[in-house]
Amino acid sequence: MSGKGTIKARVVETDMGTTVFNVPFPTTLDDKALEALRFMAPITIKQPYHIDYIHSYGQDSPWFAGLANGHLLGNRDVKTGYTYALPRGNDMYTGQETEWVELPAEGKIHAVTVCYFGSEEFLPETPFILILVEFDGVDTLLLTRLLGVDPEEINLDWIGMPVIAKFRRLSQLKPTDIYFVPGTQS
Amino acid sequence: MRPVYAVTGGVSKFAKARPDKTFQAVVKEAYDYAVGDMGLEHAQFIEAVDGSVASYFSDHFTRQLKAGTMVQDYLGLCPKPSHRVEGGGATGGICFQEAWKQVASGYMEVCLAYGFETMSHVNTWTGNEFIALASDVSFDYPVGGFYSGYYAMMVTRHMKEFGTTAEQMAYVSVKNHMNAYHNPYAQKRMRLTVDDVRQSPMVAWPLTRLDICVMSDGAAVVVLASEEGLARLEKASGKSLPKVVVRGIGNGTDAMRMADRPHQKFDDFVANNLLDCENNDADLSYYRDLWKKGFRYPGIHSFRAGRMASKQAYKNGGILDPLEELDFIELHDAYTSSEIQTYEDMGLCRYGEGGAFAESGKAFVPGIDYGLDLKEKPVCPVNPSGGLIACGHPVGATGLMQAVFAIWQLQGTVGKHFEDETLQVRGARRGTIHSHAGTGTYVTVSILEAER
Repeated sequence: MSGKGTIKARVVETDMGTTVFNVPFPTTLDDKALEALRFMAPITIKQPYHIDYIHSYGQDSPWFAGLANGHLLGNRDVKTGYTYALPRGNDMYTGQETEWVELPAEGKIHAVTVCYFGSEEFLPETPFILILVEFDGVDTLLLTRLLGVDPEEINLDWIGMPVIAKFRRLSQLKPTDIYFVPGTQS
Repeated sequence: MRPVYAVTGGVSKFAKARPDKTFQAVVKEAYDYAVGDMGLEHAQFIEAVDGSVASYFSDHFTRQLKAGTMVQDYLGLCPKPSHRVEGGGATGGICFQEAWKQVASGYMEVCLAYGFETMSHVNTWTGNEFIALASDVSFDYPVGGFYSGYYAMMVTRHMKEFGTTAEQMAYVSVKNHMNAYHNPYAQKRMRLTVDDVRQSPMVAWPLTRLDICVMSDGAAVVVLASEEGLARLEKASGKSLPKVVVRGIGNGTDAMRMADRPHQKFDDFVANNLLDCENNDADLSYYRDLWKKGFRYPGIHSFRAGRMASKQAYKNGGILDPLEELDFIELHDAYTSSEIQTYEDMGLCRYGEGGAFAESGKAFVPGIDYGLDLKEKPVCPVNPSGGLIACGHPVGATGLMQAVFAIWQLQGTVGKHFEDETLQVRGARRGTIHSHAGTGTYVTVSILEAER
């Protein structure tokens, strides 16, 4: 079990390999050779797979347009005032279509972690800090990234820390167009 | 609904990779074991069985659509009816319940539930990506893209709210890995200390590699039957089969995005989510105080789906006090933290007390030296098999694996199947299996009971 300070004693394994042109196989298929096939090691091949999806944000599109223009939007039920920090075209209690509202640009950390590993797409970004943000007057939370602190310093006291919204200058039309840093607007 | 018997089951060895066989042949291993355990030949079972339910989570992992059909024909079940279920991590638990419905409804007399996952077809980090695609791909995946990160956030909130510690979580890891030491089907059979768990590489603070289950290849099957179906199987085998009845099932759901989970008022919690065992002055007063301190339910620290699945299953199964009335539980411990959160959802302790419960000793198996100083004696062993953390988590097989181990516990046959008596819960009469998806989006709870 490796801990901090241990020296890596293994080469990095990749799934790259050599292209095989000839597969070993008995030269004569007699009964003995056919019987022996039951004990053959399995053949494993690599199959690349790539897809471009045409993903529509549908009724949630204004949220992404808002981020691209430096505004964080949420949805609110017209009757009850229940407010979502993430887009939701219809309220889960009344079933009615929600209205768009602008959310506060500052909030508090509700929960936090540092990801030292991730799924493949995000491995180059590790370690990254994930937080859920709570806003005054908003009933649900926002999942986002925290920047501007040292991940190694993470502790439970970060929960409750005031944070303010920052926006990517060049929008990627992704929820990571917004991120948060410690601080308040005042 | 009519009585449904969980007759028998089989499990393939769970392993990081099974390149020696395709998924159909891995399922066949578990199937052959189950059929043999009933004293039947393949042809006899095929004559007796009416159909099947197939369980597998991700089409991405196999890069094969309609993989269930390929298992169906490999096992020789064509042209009998079948359908596939999918529900993230709870797929196996849902499969068990769907098979129950086939029989309980009268549609089938004998139903085979089979489940599998072959996660080794991609590397671990791609596998994590596939699993993370089971979070909202517009809002969750692009930000976190990593289930361990989601669970880590849930537990940091639990820690802040209730004072739960990482060491208490490590107790779960030590327990489950040590239990698995006696389970030959388990992928990771390890004697660990709390320090080992904490010193293991950090994955998503505060969860280390030993707080988290691993990717696996594996399969499991369960045979469910009505009274008539059981008689059919007994006639074919010429012997009396042990009677384990499915006493009750429950299922609950919650918002896919955990950020959307509501923060209910105390009165709503009492009206909708309180368990019978908590409906007393002391517990109500405890919860009232929690709400006064700012506790909101379910928040991200609790799984309302798990609470509702438990509540419904307890109602259907006639359970008033789960800790006292259940002899063991196989629950979905994808993370040590989620085992602790689930203690609370299932009412083994009150919300907020899961950390203390984890280190109390109540959830341990009697007679095993864990190398821990446990203050209390075992009351209801949780994950006597080793759970997901130690057995592995080939998603579509996992919930059915729990069912198989529960059936063996209730038959008193753990010694026969494991070639080791250590994990047999003495006199086990009633046990529960619990299967969980997403960040608590689907949860199933099923209660099994030995009829003696």
